[in-house]
Amino acid sequence: MTKDMCLRKAKVNQKLKIKTISAEGELGRRIRDLGLIPGTELHVIGKAPLRDPVALRLKDFTLTLRNSEADHITVTPLED
Amino acid sequence: MPRYIIGIAGNPNCGKTTMFNALTGARQHVANWPGVTVEKKVGHIHSGDDSIELVDLPGTYSLTAYTQEELVARNFLVDERPEAVIDIMNADALERNLYLAVQIMELGVPLVLGLNMMDEVRSSGKQIDSALLEELSGCAVVETVARNGEGAKELLQTTIETAESKKGEWKPLNISYGPDLDPVLKQMQELIESESFMTDKVPSRWTGIKYLERDEDVVIKGRMTNTALSDKLEAMAAEVSAHTEKTLKAKPDAIIADYRYGYIASLIKDVVSYPILDADRISRSDQMDKVLTHRIVGPLIMLAIVYLIYQVTFTVGEIPMGWLEALFGWLGDTATNLLPEGLLQSLIVSGIIDGVGGVLGFVPLIMFMFLMISALEDSGYIARMAYMLDRIFKVFGLHGTSVLPFIVSGGIAGGCAVPGVMATRTLRSPKEKLATLFVAPYMTCGAKVPVFLMLTSAFFPENEAAIMLTITLGAWAMALIVARILRSTVIKGASTPFVMELPPYRMPTLQGVLIHTWERTWEYAKKAGTVILGISILIWAMMTFPQLPAEKIAQFETQRAAAQSEEQIAEIDNIEAEEAIRHTVAGRIGTALEPLSELAGFNWRVNIALTGGFAAKEVIVSTLGTAYSLGEIDAEESQPLAEQLVQDPDFSMASAIALIVFTMLYAPCFVTVVTMARESSWKWAAFSVVGSTGLAFGMAVIAFNMAKAFM
Repeated sequence: MTKDMCLRKAKVNQKLKIKTISAEGELGRRIRDLGLIPGTELHVIGKAPLRDPVALRLKDFTLTLRNSEADHITVTPLED
Repeated sequence: MPRYIIGIAGNPNCGKTTMFNALTGARQHVANWPGVTVEKKVGHIHSGDDSIELVDLPGTYSLTAYTQEELVARNFLVDERPEAVIDIMNADALERNLYLAVQIMELGVPLVLGLNMMDEVRSSGKQIDSALLEELSGCAVVETVARNGEGAKELLQTTIETAESKKGEWKPLNISYGPDLDPVLKQMQELIESESFMTDKVPSRWTGIKYLERDEDVVIKGRMTNTALSDKLEAMAAEVSAHTEKTLKAKPDAIIADYRYGYIASLIKDVVSYPILDADRISRSDQMDKVLTHRIVGPLIMLAIVYLIYQVTFTVGEIPMGWLEALFGWLGDTATNLLPEGLLQSLIVSGIIDGVGGVLGFVPLIMFMFLMISALEDSGYIARMAYMLDRIFKVFGLHGTSVLPFIVSGGIAGGCAVPGVMATRTLRSPKEKLATLFVAPYMTCGAKVPVFLMLTSAFFPENEAAIMLTITLGAWAMALIVARILRSTVIKGASTPFVMELPPYRMPTLQGVLIHTWERTWEYAKKAGTVILGISILIWAMMTFPQLPAEKIAQFETQRAAAQSEEQIAEIDNIEAEEAIRHTVAGRIGTALEPLSELAGFNWRVNIALTGGFAAKEVIVSTLGTAYSLGEIDAEESQPLAEQLVQDPDFSMASAIALIVFTMLYAPCFVTVVTMARESSWKWAAFSVVGSTGLAFGMAVIAFNMAKAFM
């Protein structure tokens, strides 16, 4: 049984599944518009040269967000 | 003859503009949407008997009212009531792209889905059953590849058929939003319909959804239409929101989004089938990212790319530039020979040919620069630059996407602050936008390039490219530092989210790159032909009138008559010429400023040029040229401006460095100021003129004195 954690803590190449999104208002809407909703599977494909922002690979596309925004997303690590 | 208005909607990076170009070719024109500064592209096409107006809507992920782009797209649908909308989708990311489509369906506009980038889908081994999608969604579906025009004709044909058969009738899609929202939505709908609340424009259910989503734009319009009912709907939305927050820990807008995605998931469940992936199958784009955005290698490659753009532009662009210079030189010589000496000759040669020629001579450079930047933009690399630079930008109170206005303004030298300032409209936060607006004109725009090039070739002929790179990096540093200062003083506030798609790398299409390059180059050339022509004539007049009084000229005549040798005559001519230009309006301004500008090592001639540069930076070199050539003794001995500067004892290498610094930072050109005012306010634009000029002068004084001390 793996434990839920904050997306900021995720490591590069880790496979994850979004559990909750606590962001509201503009940030929340922007995150959802781009397809990040609970249940989405993703993996961290990289971090920018200064470790922020992070690049996430979803099933069909890649997006990037800052660590301070990743704080609003909790994820469950997936075993593979 | 039937006439149709058809909108093209779609996510950013889905190939929407490529498809628009494929459909309309050269028959398109660009303007701005009324009231806002989002680009509006319209193309007219004829198909058989039908006349079609195709409107390229701004790329959006959603139809909420958070960005100007979204609002423009939505208002177009609501107010213009197009006969049909084409939603171009990146079929390779069908699920997310359907999020916009579903919102258009909820509005009810007749919709045609263009499944674009089918080539990528096929090569990735994915399969999309478009017939099934058509059946399930109720929208016509056409598979396309915009890059090579595949399916474009069919898409247009299908859209016309849809427009014909629907006859402007809207059929909104009703999705269930679950047991918490559905009942209240139903009540809202009944209330809205009973009072015909905005139902002439939008479906009642849609209005209800917008109230639940707390959509400001709709709520404000609602209050103006029927305050009592609007208040009631707002209260209902607030009540259900309090309830869902307690029970589901989510606000209605989040729940609505989840149900939309749920609906989409059910739509595509059997439509898309993925190949069985072996564990480490990574797309080519991801593999490229491993290198191109690598922690250490990535930034190095980025620098190398910027440097390469320089080298190509300057080495390749120099060739046609030489031809143009020769052409204008020949024109000037011919005009000099044909026209009698006097004011008319001076106007045509010094005012018009030299002025406009100096600007048009840079067209080849600008073309090559834009050719490469457009290609870079279309390839998806600019988004990676934003990704790699965001952390740094955040430190300075900016946003990774500020990189685009910076680059367009001349972050890679050769841009133009006018489109750069316009590009700040993609920035959501008004604060980051203001800061970016203010500092973007510091970049090395195409008009400053000639100044820098002339000065570097005169004073640092050995390593032009290296100096130009230093200047560009210096401009970046100054822009960032000033932005930081602004963000911690005049425009304080938290930063906006950076949630951005990294589009897969793509080969840019030749047509797209050429259209971009052409639009931008033409903009520059047009400016040269109109604004600059007017300014060159004005400046020529300022530098010619008032002329020396008759008795003064007579005095010089007598002196010349009394002169003993050729040398003495030349000396007298020289003094006369200098006195003549000092006597003019421009000369008086330049001379009056000299006591102050001396601190930065600028003589009155430079002052004249810099004053002209307020109008347009292109004028600096040509004015300087005129200032020196009017003081020229012998036309046959005329030398390039650069050599004259090197020989001028009043103008040292330290002056050159100070001039570079001043030109980099001082007030943006007139057109930019107007654009800035339109994007923000006149107050802010005025602040930029005064503040930047003050800063520029201070920095130039420092640079001059440091250079003098150390060189």
